[in-house]
Amino acid sequence: MEEKEKKDIFESVWKFLASVKLAIFVLITLAVSSIVGTIVEQKAEPAQNIALLAKFFGDSAAPTVYNIFAKLGFMDMYGSWWFTAFLVVFSINLIVCSIDRFPKTWRLIQTPQKPLSDTAIKSMPVKKELTLKTGVNVARDEFLNILKASRYRVFEASEPDSVRLYTQKGKYARLAVYVVHLSIILIFIGAIIGIRFGFKGYLNLPEGRTSTIAYESPTKQIPLDFAVKCNWYDTQYYEGIDTPREFQSELVIIENGKEVLKKVIEVNDPLTYKGITFYQASYGMMPEAAGYFVLDVTPNGGQEKRLWLKNGDSFEIPGTGITGRIYDFSPALTRNPMTGKLTTYSDSMVNPGLAIEFDQPGRDKFIGWILKRYPDTGLIPGGHSVKFVDYWGVEYTGLQVAKDPGVWLIYIASVIMTVGLYVCFFVSNKKIWINIIDDNKSVNVIIGGSTNRNRLNFEQEIDRILSHATQAIEGRSNK
Amino acid sequence: MSSSIFFDISAGAYIVAMITYVIYLVVKNNTTGIIATTLTIFGFVSQSTALIIRWINSYHFWLSGNPTSGVIESLLRSAPLRNLYESLVFFIWSLILIHLFIEFKYKNRSLGAFVTPIAALALLFIDISGTSKEIQPLIPALQSNWLLFHVLLSFLGYAAFGVSFGAASAYLVMVTESKTEKTYIFWSIITSIFLIVLIGMGIDFLSLSTAERAELIQNHFLKTTLRSPSGGVAAISWVVSIAFMFVIWQVGHGLKKVLTGLNLTPIMLDEIAYKSIAVGFPLFTIGGLIMGAIWANSAWGKYWTWDPKETWSLITWFVYALYLHARFVAGWKGKRVAILAVVGFVAVIFTYLGVNLVLSGLHAYGSG
Ligand code: HEM
Repeated sequence: MEEKEKKDIFESVWKFLASVKLAIFVLITLAVSSIVGTIVEQKAEPAQNIALLAKFFGDSAAPTVYNIFAKLGFMDMYGSWWFTAFLVVFSINLIVCSIDRFPKTWRLIQTPQKPLSDTAIKSMPVKKELTLKTGVNVARDEFLNILKASRYRVFEASEPDSVRLYTQKGKYARLAVYVVHLSIILIFIGAIIGIRFGFKGYLNLPEGRTSTIAYESPTKQIPLDFAVKCNWYDTQYYEGIDTPREFQSELVIIENGKEVLKKVIEVNDPLTYKGITFYQASYGMMPEAAGYFVLDVTPNGGQEKRLWLKNGDSFEIPGTGITGRIYDFSPALTRNPMTGKLTTYSDSMVNPGLAIEFDQPGRDKFIGWILKRYPDTGLIPGGHSVKFVDYWGVEYTGLQVAKDPGVWLIYIASVIMTVGLYVCFFVSNKKIWINIIDDNKSVNVIIGGSTNRNRLNFEQEIDRILSHATQAIEGRSNK
Repeated sequence: MSSSIFFDISAGAYIVAMITYVIYLVVKNNTTGIIATTLTIFGFVSQSTALIIRWINSYHFWLSGNPTSGVIESLLRSAPLRNLYESLVFFIWSLILIHLFIEFKYKNRSLGAFVTPIAALALLFIDISGTSKEIQPLIPALQSNWLLFHVLLSFLGYAAFGVSFGAASAYLVMVTESKTEKTYIFWSIITSIFLIVLIGMGIDFLSLSTAERAELIQNHFLKTTLRSPSGGVAAISWVVSIAFMFVIWQVGHGLKKVLTGLNLTPIMLDEIAYKSIAVGFPLFTIGGLIMGAIWANSAWGKYWTWDPKETWSLITWFVYALYLHARFVAGWKGKRVAILAVVGFVAVIFTYLGVNLVLSGLHAYGSG
């Protein structure tokens, strides 16, 4: 008695977990709660969401509403216990439902198709009847030809004065939904692997510096078992406008004191070493840092020479007697259109300019501004050139550092899902039965069929088979 | 050569085609139908020309900013799918393409009267939202092939969903019996909201200076009417909107007579709605969700961050998954699934526009 009760309970729980009703409920719940999650800003400062809630509930009620919402986990919803629980229920539903249904589908696929009686065919979803002036064997041959041309494998059951043809195509397409569902589970597994065995960190690495750690939060360090060095960071701009074209850093991986890998990374083109990937995420200036001005100096017709200078340093353009002294620097130089004066319009290096005081024998000293983004500004009288290459050592590159050992599974699952969806929607399991019955110098043809998809297409296909067969048979008798 | 003349021609052709399709619905005259189709094809050819010219122009523009870039890379980076304007134009192009396909396959023009308005509304939206039509330099985050395919496939998917929306709406019109039926009320409210938002944006547009128009979406969305800072204006706008809804509810039923007189059958509309979703769902899954995630992973090392845009595409995906299960597994039929198809497209619109329009507006206090 007890045993039976237990079994009953188990069965009803199982039915519930396998039900599509539950799936619909969970899908609606996930959709609706996700909507809330996009309205309330996630993981934000309380003040922000209180201001937001005040728009709906008024200033006085907002803090209370906020507290209730916060208790319910809406402020970090996607990490909350109940959202996770819904995802778990979703997965269980998917798995149980597949286990529940798969054997039936498998049996359905494995059961051989059988010939059907005339009445059974007439009760099919798609059916047609017609009479043709020909013999059973001729009709049989023509229908066989046409079905074979459409790649059906036809089976045949013959009786004295009738032939039954039956065939089906695409029976394994019925498995595609399971493939789609499986791929969703694989994505979940991939995500869990990523969360459990991977990390998401960041690292702000100044030009010229090396680090053996990254950070998950300001207080939580992640040791890397190698060192990463930033040789330089650079923002490139489109000509004439301040729209960035590329953010780039040259990174070097150092292991046991040896350089093992060097790459210029940019957005959408990261560097991966030992499963850890460095993404170009941001950049910035280091306050107080004193860097080097890097100049390429070329006398007219002569050799280019690279110089590394500090503020106030002097240099000579080789063989010309011309000297220059670093006089001033602006990270973002522009000419004020009203006053005509040169000013600095930003703290970051949007348009770095370097003022150099030139001293040429027999001439007055003069000061020239050389812009990094516009090399032409470095041409000085006499055909010599001073190119401002970089102000090095003052910027840092902001790296996203991530390790995600689950991502390959997610990619595989994506491919599986793609294939599964394609088969699921565009390949159908079509079954056709044709009974050809002798009727005194003519034959009765009863054709019927069923499909699990694209019913209208299937009806057209049946019509086509019929009209081709009719034509072929009439063609024969005319000969 | 500039592409804008061809865009204008195609926009004009689509709008005239829309009117012709509607006239065709009323007079059921074959010649009118042929004219509507011809206009649509003409608009489509013109728009295709415009797209090609724009692609060529962006190609040269890209090369001028990136002289070392190879031919293939330049072609990919300059494909006209790079901003809101271009993606909307591509959406319209795909929508018309799918519509023409259905028209020839089902040998029935009537659906045109439901699909061309979506194209016309999108065109109108482009114009009154003040989205920039300039060819702009591509910022680093957007320089990715994944992103390109992501946008391409998503918008093909959106267009297929748009067609299913048109078919499902027509279906709902055809199968409702009385004005008090919930389905009819649902249908007329959704239609009214679409129109009210567009009319509201039109009024914004007319009341703004040219410079302000560029920021219509970000800063001025419905601020002249429903969201007006002046309480009086806002109140009147709401009253007028509700009255408008009432009018649509009153007259909307007239459409049914029109449709019933045509060769459109609910079965066919239901089939078109399903088939479009059958095409759209895989495209959206692969293009919208999967490639979007791959792009995010290659750019930032995170394939999923629950940001509002991602979350809304997931919501859209849930709605269509719901449609498929409700229809094929739970055995829902007729109106209920058609309503899901309509809701799905509302989610699509919200994913694409609402997230930027409404949610960023809600959160705008953060930035100032
Ligand atoms: C959001 C994630 C899901 C996606 C993308 C998805 C996708 C699909 C697709 C494409 C089909 C085929 C529909 C058709 O016949 O046209 C399907 C069928 C089905 N799905 Fe899902 N599904 C999801 C979640 C679920 C869940 C959670 C359940 C749990 C019960 C479920 C149960 C079923 C069942 C029972 C079928 C019918 C299988 C059959 O024909 O035997 N699905 N699903």
